[in-house]
Amino acid sequence: MELLRFFTAGNVDDGKSTLIGRLLLDSGSISTDIIETVTRQSKVTGENTTIDLALLTDGLRAEREQGITIDVAYKYFSTDRRKFIIADTPGHAQYTRNMFTGASTADLAIILVDARNGITEQTRRHTIISAVLGIPHIVVCINKMDLVNYSEACYEAIKADFSKVTAALDLNQVTFIPTAALSGENVVHSSKQMPWHTGKSLLSFLENVSVQPAQLHDKARFQVQYVIRPQTEKLHDYRGYAGTLWSGKLQVGDEVQVLPGAFFTRIQTIEHNLKMTESADAGQPVVMQLEDDIDISRGAWIVPGSELPEVSDTVQGTICWMDNTPFRTGAMKLLLQQGSLNTKASIKEISYKIDIETFEKSPSDDALKLNELASVCIRTAEPLVVDSYKENRNTGAFILINEYTNQTVAAGVLERNLQA
Amino acid sequence: MSNYLDRLEAEAIHVLRETAGQFERPALLFSGGKDSICLVHLALKAFRPGKFPFPLVHIDTGHNFPEAIQFRDRLAEQLGEQLIVRHVEDTLKRRGIPDAKGKFPSRNPLQTHTLLETIEEFRFDACIGGARRDEEKARAKERFFSVRDEFGQWDPKLQRPELWNIYNGKIHPGENVRVFPISNWTELDVWNYILRENIELPSIYFTHERTCVLTEHEQLMATNVFISLDEHDTIVNRLVRYRTVGDMTCTAAVESKANSVEDIIEELKNTTVSERGATRMDDRISEAAMEDRKKGGYF
Repeated sequence: MELLRFFTAGNVDDGKSTLIGRLLLDSGSISTDIIETVTRQSKVTGENTTIDLALLTDGLRAEREQGITIDVAYKYFSTDRRKFIIADTPGHAQYTRNMFTGASTADLAIILVDARNGITEQTRRHTIISAVLGIPHIVVCINKMDLVNYSEACYEAIKADFSKVTAALDLNQVTFIPTAALSGENVVHSSKQMPWHTGKSLLSFLENVSVQPAQLHDKARFQVQYVIRPQTEKLHDYRGYAGTLWSGKLQVGDEVQVLPGAFFTRIQTIEHNLKMTESADAGQPVVMQLEDDIDISRGAWIVPGSELPEVSDTVQGTICWMDNTPFRTGAMKLLLQQGSLNTKASIKEISYKIDIETFEKSPSDDALKLNELASVCIRTAEPLVVDSYKENRNTGAFILINEYTNQTVAAGVLERNLQA
Repeated sequence: MSNYLDRLEAEAIHVLRETAGQFERPALLFSGGKDSICLVHLALKAFRPGKFPFPLVHIDTGHNFPEAIQFRDRLAEQLGEQLIVRHVEDTLKRRGIPDAKGKFPSRNPLQTHTLLETIEEFRFDACIGGARRDEEKARAKERFFSVRDEFGQWDPKLQRPELWNIYNGKIHPGENVRVFPISNWTELDVWNYILRENIELPSIYFTHERTCVLTEHEQLMATNVFISLDEHDTIVNRLVRYRTVGDMTCTAAVESKANSVEDIIEELKNTTVSERGATRMDDRISEAAMEDRKKGGYF
């Protein structure tokens, strides 16, 4: 069975939690004891006998009290066809960083639009974040169709507006679905109220959409996480490099280069699943031994010897600032983490800021505040393998850490090498 | 690689190796339950032919099922890995903390004291646990790397952003990180993995006859020396199994004839009650019971 990871973006007012609640409830994924608890919590009055579906997803006391989503909640369900992981992310601008967290690992985004309000600042923000994070599929649910009399004209108008928003963005596949989450129209079952919609219901779409990563390049990228050295009598000289092959394929006997350092050697053995194997495929955690005894430590890359990636200590990337303390050029000691590599780094220049609601570029004032998006030039102490994030989501991403507070202060995507 | 179990397994192994790579003194919290047994299996895949870069640590409440304890000792011996056991009983005596009271005296909340003491004793900077996000709604919010302050507390409103496959385990002295490699697994995923990998489990997961007391919530609690019975209790003999392996004082059995992993998977597909709802008495106290315990330093 395949796995699809998606995130939902939107405000409580757009019916985001209701939509998820509906997906879980109508696909039979909620246990009766949980339904009982939620029913008890819902203020069920004589007139309103429906349970509050949002209570199925909002997990923290503060969230239930305030009726908002603060942090990402992960939910799980499966149908006969597929298994799903939902990252239910907050819609409010002040929690944008939590939305980044939930979206970073998603194969698909569900963006909710309230049919009465059409495209809002929030819709634009969520769409821009999806574009920056290179989400392979975007589903726009035009929700609360029941409140606009299931009007096809209204749906079409919003669709046209959305296309204007996305014109400037480098978006992947976009699909539109008219829904009424409260009553369940087009969520799990096709709507009888909207016969004009000939497309699939949301769940049916989620069950059928391709989960193959859209743009992952096929060059081999292996990063060393941990060096296995048993130092037993039998395995006295064994040095196994443990890590995940993030893309491409590697075979025993392949000539490889170890970065940084530019050593060439060959793959001697590959172990996967506690067994020796001839080759490793993308996504697999493996242990490799190399023919030559080279000093390789955590964070090093093993790449094909025939096709070398760009390696550089000066790169251009787009970052989202995630810390309450604003960044000022030169004022903060930073670490950059790319997978298992941790190196000192500094933001040399904020080239320009990107308005998270209009995608317009604006000149920088040398400071970055919480949730601001900017294109920056970064210098690192150790060189990075520079895969553009657009080509490889697994290796083209990084985070910045404040060296004093240890907090993750920014998430970034690599764009290009700035070194001549 | 599109099979969901392969993806979940790869994610868990990646997280285990990040823990080994980033921390100086990690530990794997081992309870003898199916989730921590899966963690041990994943650790074999992550670190063999080397030894585990961490000991197995068990916080023994003294109320465990003997089958689980025997299984724990045998597994550690078979694998040749280090096992550290610390007893809640000792903490209570040494610090004069009153023992759990009541008809079903659960030491579950008291484990936190021993856990924090053990972390301090060995200066563990990372504790790997088998908690899953599908278990409970506060857990649904928790990160893979969950930073705890020097008092072991979790602040759910101030969690670090955790992006892509990048895990930030940087901490200050005195802080520690709880690591949950199987965060994204559901109960059914765990069982499907046990089936696929042919993982051995303690016998109490499978059907057996047991003498139980029927509680006011219609739950079946095995009769044992720790719970106090009186003449009003209904004592029954039933064919039961356990969905989770916790303490004998707070973990209920479920009626079941499931004799194999396949049977259990079939049973779970048709069940309408959640794992914790079916088996844990301690989560019934309030809507935010787990959130509160985690804030106080619980697993």
